[in-house]
Amino acid sequence: MLTEITAARDAALVEIEVADALDHIAALTTRLAGKKGELSLLKRQLGSLDTVEAKKAAGQAINEAIAAVGEALDQRRRLLTMEMLAARVEAERLDLTEFVGKPSRGHAHLVTQAWERLEDVFIGLGFRVAEGPEVETDWHNFEALNMGEGHPARGEFDTLFVDHVPPGGKPGTTLLRTHTSPVQIRTMLNSEPPIYIVAPGRVFRRDTPDATHMPVFHQIEGLVVDRGITMADLAGTIEAFTKAFFGSGFTSRLRPSYFPFTEPSAEFDIQRPNGDWIELGGCGMVHPNVLRAGGIDPEEWSGFAFGFGIDRMAKERHGVEDIREMYTNDIRFLEQF
Amino acid sequence: MKVLLSWLREFAPDIDGDLAVLSDQLTMLGLAVEEVTVTGELVPGVVLAKVLDLRPHPNADKIQLVDVDAGDGNALQVCCGAFNMSIGDLIPFATVGTVMPNGMEIAQRTMRGQLSNGMCCSGAEIDMGDDQDGILILNDQVVDGAELGASLAEALGIERDVLWDLEVNANRPDAMSVAGVARDLAAALGISFDFPAYDLVRSTERIDGLVKVDIIDPELCGRFVAGVLRDLTVGSSPVWMQRRLTALGMRPINSVVDISNYVMLELGQPNHTFDLDRLPGGHLQVRRAREGETLLTLDGVERGLVSTDGVITNTNDEIVSLAGVMGGTTTEISDTTTNVLVEMAWWDPPSISRTVKRLNLPSEASTRFRRGADWGDNIDRAMQRFMQLAVQAGATAVDGYVDEAGVTPSTAPVRIRAAKINSIIGTDLPSDVIAGHLTSIGFGVGAVSSGATPAGNNSELDVTIPTWRWDTTSETDIAEEVARLYGYENIVRTVPAGSLTGSLTPYQQDRRHVRQVLVGAGCDETLPMPFLAPGDLRAAGLAEDGVSLTNPLVAEESVLRTSLLPGQLKAVAYNQSYGNRPPRFFEIDHVFLPAPEGSLLPDEREYLAVALAGEEAPTAVAILDLLERTLALPNVQLRPASPAGMHPTRSAEVVIAGRVRGHVGEVDPDVLQNYEISGRVAWLELDLGAVLNGPHGNRKYRPVSKQPTSNIDLAFEVSDGVAASAVESQLRRAGGQLLVSLELFDVYRGVGVADGTRSLTYRLRFQAQDRTLTDGEVAKLRNECIAAVAKKTKATLRT
Repeated sequence: MLTEITAARDAALVEIEVADALDHIAALTTRLAGKKGELSLLKRQLGSLDTVEAKKAAGQAINEAIAAVGEALDQRRRLLTMEMLAARVEAERLDLTEFVGKPSRGHAHLVTQAWERLEDVFIGLGFRVAEGPEVETDWHNFEALNMGEGHPARGEFDTLFVDHVPPGGKPGTTLLRTHTSPVQIRTMLNSEPPIYIVAPGRVFRRDTPDATHMPVFHQIEGLVVDRGITMADLAGTIEAFTKAFFGSGFTSRLRPSYFPFTEPSAEFDIQRPNGDWIELGGCGMVHPNVLRAGGIDPEEWSGFAFGFGIDRMAKERHGVEDIREMYTNDIRFLEQF
Repeated sequence: MKVLLSWLREFAPDIDGDLAVLSDQLTMLGLAVEEVTVTGELVPGVVLAKVLDLRPHPNADKIQLVDVDAGDGNALQVCCGAFNMSIGDLIPFATVGTVMPNGMEIAQRTMRGQLSNGMCCSGAEIDMGDDQDGILILNDQVVDGAELGASLAEALGIERDVLWDLEVNANRPDAMSVAGVARDLAAALGISFDFPAYDLVRSTERIDGLVKVDIIDPELCGRFVAGVLRDLTVGSSPVWMQRRLTALGMRPINSVVDISNYVMLELGQPNHTFDLDRLPGGHLQVRRAREGETLLTLDGVERGLVSTDGVITNTNDEIVSLAGVMGGTTTEISDTTTNVLVEMAWWDPPSISRTVKRLNLPSEASTRFRRGADWGDNIDRAMQRFMQLAVQAGATAVDGYVDEAGVTPSTAPVRIRAAKINSIIGTDLPSDVIAGHLTSIGFGVGAVSSGATPAGNNSELDVTIPTWRWDTTSETDIAEEVARLYGYENIVRTVPAGSLTGSLTPYQQDRRHVRQVLVGAGCDETLPMPFLAPGDLRAAGLAEDGVSLTNPLVAEESVLRTSLLPGQLKAVAYNQSYGNRPPRFFEIDHVFLPAPEGSLLPDEREYLAVALAGEEAPTAVAILDLLERTLALPNVQLRPASPAGMHPTRSAEVVIAGRVRGHVGEVDPDVLQNYEISGRVAWLELDLGAVLNGPHGNRKYRPVSKQPTSNIDLAFEVSDGVAASAVESQLRRAGGQLLVSLELFDVYRGVGVADGTRSLTYRLRFQAQDRTLTDGEVAKLRNECIAAVAKKTKATLRT
């Protein structure tokens, strides 16, 4: 009996040794080591043995044989599993450099990026963002901004007019806004002070395009109206913006200038860490006539306003040489930013 | 406006200090320095020399031999190509070793066998004028006692000088003069400023009876002063005057023109001269032109005049000058003129502006009149200065002036509150400090009432306005002057105490979100010009009902867009023309629809467009689906339609919450052809403003069910005439609450499916919140779905 058991075990081990597929191992597991497997079936012959000792010894031998076969099956299964995974991984090999540089992401326009960065800095300084139409009335664009009919400063704006005539109005009084300042007027008329807004937007001038000018460009304008606002607040706000937007190594200054809609008026310059001054924009205390046009009592409230170009920010940040290139919509340009 | 340091010092002798500091001072006064140039540093090595002898070169015709004395008393031989010298002339002479402004170094050399030991110089060669034809003859120009061999600067009395080019703002006509700049600078530096006394000897002849001026239109002319010069000879003006005129950007012409310009630059008072002998009776009249009148102006152009133009006429009512703009030829100063009438006047700025603009005749003079000149003492001073300079040039000044007045602007005193001035600037200046700043530039200040202390800042002050600053009419105007002189840079910076919470509006946040999602979806943002050419809309299949510009720069940019389509197609075509990869573009921008009846402005809207070159309609639908999920748009439906410019059989209207908000699909092949685009363009355009202002963004929580789900797939054979969305809506209706997801995962046309139909396969997923659905329930739902679709769409289930 013992000889038979040993022979069955050895035969099983040989079979396991040559099994070369996991499903083969699965079949062998059932046939050899299962409850009704070949080795277990040997237990049925135990009854034919004479002595208790012989039965006990044979039973033990069968159990040991089953354990040994089970162990061999496990080992073989692990080995084959490892080999199979290794083969699969090898078969799946990819050259990832084949996949580099496929365009999958789009790009926000350079001007929009500058626009949003500016908005974000001013939001951080406590401003909200206001917008207005690009086609405007003469009243919002000039009259309400202390530039009545015949004001010499009107001539400096090179205004583009449109053929829309308002009901009861005169031809030539509808125009493409020459600055974002009409948004100041609309905001004052539509809300009560305190007002802290910036107004980014597109503006138009009848200018022949060149490397630094476009007839269509973008400005951002700020307006603050509150009690007790002074030029000191204007200068401080410009300085806070300068540091927040350009970096702590930059500083700013105001110097006297002239705009019909502010008084006192100033240009503001920023100074690079290397000491160079760059002209950035115009600003000043909102002229009492402008506050009045916005329905605000200049004795109770005061305010400041400032404005500058967005396109130039974008142009200089990235070193674009010709501003016209920003508007060709050439993918080779757009996808650089 | 350009100014010279030496000229400024004639009004404020104590101007001194570091150049950079002075420049900064000017800038901080609002006279921004655009350029600083140090001038008068003549070429080192060029000295005063005297011509001793002139003789022909033995071997050359085009050059002669010149002996000069360059200071050592010896005759030094030079070869020279100019022949305008005479023996005894004083000339500039470049000694051996001199490096000329053009970089050439003067060396001793031999020319055709003759030694040349230096160079006789023309004006052009040493940056002293344009003349390059002959040697500069200095006989009349050297200062008394100048010695041969002295440096040219020393010999001519030229000092090192500084030229500033200043940007003068439109509200500062007073600073359009050397004296005006000096007044500001002196005030800032705290030094004295004075006008020199322009002394001159006058003849005993009186002006009475020689000249008569009638101001017929007093609104046009605020003041007209006339003076007379006799015995004038028109020649060239002295070198010092020419040099200053040149430095300030004016070309020397002759003694009369140069004096006129000099006085204008120095004092800011433009002026005009008439040949008195060509003015019958010396009579001038000031009036508006009559329609149809003409004048032959000094530039030789016959000018047609209109009733807003100001003119000066002679006694016969014939026009002799276009007031403040340009004189006429009939009374022009000529070589034979000896008697001159000098006009110093103040003209109404808007009148001058209209004429200058209409005739496009800007000039240094009219610019000063347009911005507003000074009608006060400055006119008398300018007249006196003109006379003085003319007398120095050999003329005789007739005694007295004719002085007529018209209407000038009000310069009523402005009452200011010191506290208000401080509250504008953000300072706490005592009223005497405020007064001090104002008086330093010629304003008058008188106290009306005082606060607690005489120097307190509760005071009120009456400020009198000088005639050269007559645009100053309000308290804020005064505040600007105080701030300017106090120094903007001295204002202590603060930030507003009451600022609010900054934020974007929900609309702006959504718009940014849309932009980010589209960028993530691989689209590049474009910003085409909002202008179109006439015909662009028609070529895009759109109605030509847009708003147009009345004064476009070019015709190609004269129509405002009513759709983003033309601009996007141009951008696509542009990129195709360069062989770029197929564009995937988007744009968020304004369009301008015709104004609704009674509207103040055109109907301006913010649109979103997506143009996908080389893609078919489904790609655009996928983008719409992306936006639908991004913004949680409610009830988005595609309604088959053929919107203008769109592919007739591959487009649909986008209906959101029952309102048409745009369209999606492909661009009409005809339109693509018009724009010379090859391949397809998938297109989506939405009225983004209407979408974002409409219902969206509702993302109310729905409990996530832990119950098992049952999936069933249903394939229908659906007629091509029935929209998939119709099948879908029946499935949703029949599926009810238990249908938790529905996906069209296969569309098939071909073998096994009847012609004119296609197979649409949907995966339906059923799930309850509170229980496991029984097989019976799922089977019932399945049957209801099939029945609903069959009933409403005639579609049959494929098996």
